[in-house]
Amino acid sequence: MSQQRWQFYFLLTPFLLWIGLLIIWPHFNMLEVSLTERSWTQGDSFSFKHYLLFFQQSLYWNTYLRTAWMAILATFITLLISFPVAYYIAKVAKPRSKLALLMCCLLPFWLSELVRAYGWMILLRESGIISGLLQAIGLADAPIEMLYHDATIILGLVYSGMLFMVVPLVSSLDSMDNSYIEAGFDLGGNRWHIFWEIVFPYAMPGVVSGCIIVFMLNLGNYLIPNLMGGKDSLWFTEMVYTQFITRFNWELGSAFGILLLVLSSLLVWLALKLSGQSLSTTVGR
Amino acid sequence: MIASIPFKARDLKLYKLYIGLFLLFLLLPLVVVVVFSFNDSLFPALPWQGFSWTWYFGYSQPKLGLLHDSRMLRSIVNSFWVACGVTVLSLLMATINALLFVRFEFKGKGLLYMLMQLPLVIPGVILGVSILVASSQLANGLEEAIGWDWPWLRPGLVLVVFGQASFISAICSLILIARYRRFDRSLEEAALNLGANNWVAFSTVTLPYLRPTMISAGIVSFLMSFENFNTTLMLVGSDSPLTITMYERLREGSTPVINAVSVCLMVFSATLALVYLGFRKDAQD
Repeated sequence: MSQQRWQFYFLLTPFLLWIGLLIIWPHFNMLEVSLTERSWTQGDSFSFKHYLLFFQQSLYWNTYLRTAWMAILATFITLLISFPVAYYIAKVAKPRSKLALLMCCLLPFWLSELVRAYGWMILLRESGIISGLLQAIGLADAPIEMLYHDATIILGLVYSGMLFMVVPLVSSLDSMDNSYIEAGFDLGGNRWHIFWEIVFPYAMPGVVSGCIIVFMLNLGNYLIPNLMGGKDSLWFTEMVYTQFITRFNWELGSAFGILLLVLSSLLVWLALKLSGQSLSTTVGR
Repeated sequence: MIASIPFKARDLKLYKLYIGLFLLFLLLPLVVVVVFSFNDSLFPALPWQGFSWTWYFGYSQPKLGLLHDSRMLRSIVNSFWVACGVTVLSLLMATINALLFVRFEFKGKGLLYMLMQLPLVIPGVILGVSILVASSQLANGLEEAIGWDWPWLRPGLVLVVFGQASFISAICSLILIARYRRFDRSLEEAALNLGANNWVAFSTVTLPYLRPTMISAGIVSFLMSFENFNTTLMLVGSDSPLTITMYERLREGSTPVINAVSVCLMVFSATLALVYLGFRKDAQD
């Protein structure tokens, strides 16, 4: 028995050190830094200055709200595009093409996000393929710049989030018994009713977990808005980066970091509450 | 196909068209990257200047190919070592976590299990800056208090390894825990009854059972580390891993050598992905 206890602590100690030193302590540290006012003459003191600054500067909180809004919009569009695809893979496709389709969806995501964003840049920029094609077939007389708009950020985000939506949807639709759908038809339902009253509710766990993962990835994305967005389409992660690395204002940067963390936790919590799911059934899968 | 739900021929065609367009959307950016890596032009754009291997093997400026681009090659080596470090650390932590959470019942297990998953819901940028803040403060504190200077606490590759491992180990843990839960504990007990000590039972019975899963978890963590950008960006020092170098080149407006690197990455990831699928199949049997 005592040997068992010894083994237990032998395993518990590295776990606690790991979580404590790499996750908990750094975040509390960041919270503390964000609440500190540095002064060369009077030393450090406690202050809400940086949070107040966030609310006073319209650029800061506008970017914050815009980031949240665009991340939600991109998540919603991802869901809209992915659902028919997931349904096709789970219910319509024959077993062999099913595997091939799933592989096709998986493939791009074994790749760095950088490469994917780069592909879109080659396609969309002023000297890019699509602009060139449009000119060649006479639909445009001058090069068109399709990169550097808000819409391209959304496109990039939707593209990078696709897999994380399709896979949970497929796995929840796969487990659905076809006889539910058949029963719905037998009882005289039309497609629309059957979709909203049988298929969609059944896929709800997949929808929630897909949406949460995609939303968090969107919110924390740095590359896509940075490479594919315009000069005036700031993302909140870019502001965190600017404060830390360019401006060297760690106090304000930490405050931004905490605010971003609050935003993501709050929205995830809200989504879980509204849908009656828990974190381990969605993210922990 | 569900026999009892007839799609009208026209509807099914439309549905298939949609899936086709979706696949085009998924693969187009990647195809474009591959094609333009063979374009004999200084820019990854139209017009097509003819097929060439120059972006792979070119040895003189301005058409310096990947094989002679020493900065790029060095960053690949950096990424390789970082990925090795992350994989080793993550697998070690994952094994510890699997033993801890599957074998032992203890007070606060649910809470600790939630803590273990916490890194997965924190945006990568925030994970990066929090570790940056904490380690820098620790380094400053140590230097002031006892005059020790620990350079690895400053931004650099060691910190990148810890930053990436902080969340990749959580992913590996989930994979290993899921597998270990399906393990028949009586096998281990049999070994103990037959006179093996704990370590022998673990290394001859449990470990071989977990090995395929450990290999596939290792592949996942290697790839995730190789492709990580957000956390790495915040912790990087003067030696940059591949994604950071590629990002800097992209911002400068690079030659198609980026395409050549991307193609190599694609081949590399696809190979690892296939190996992974092979081992995952093993792990499910």
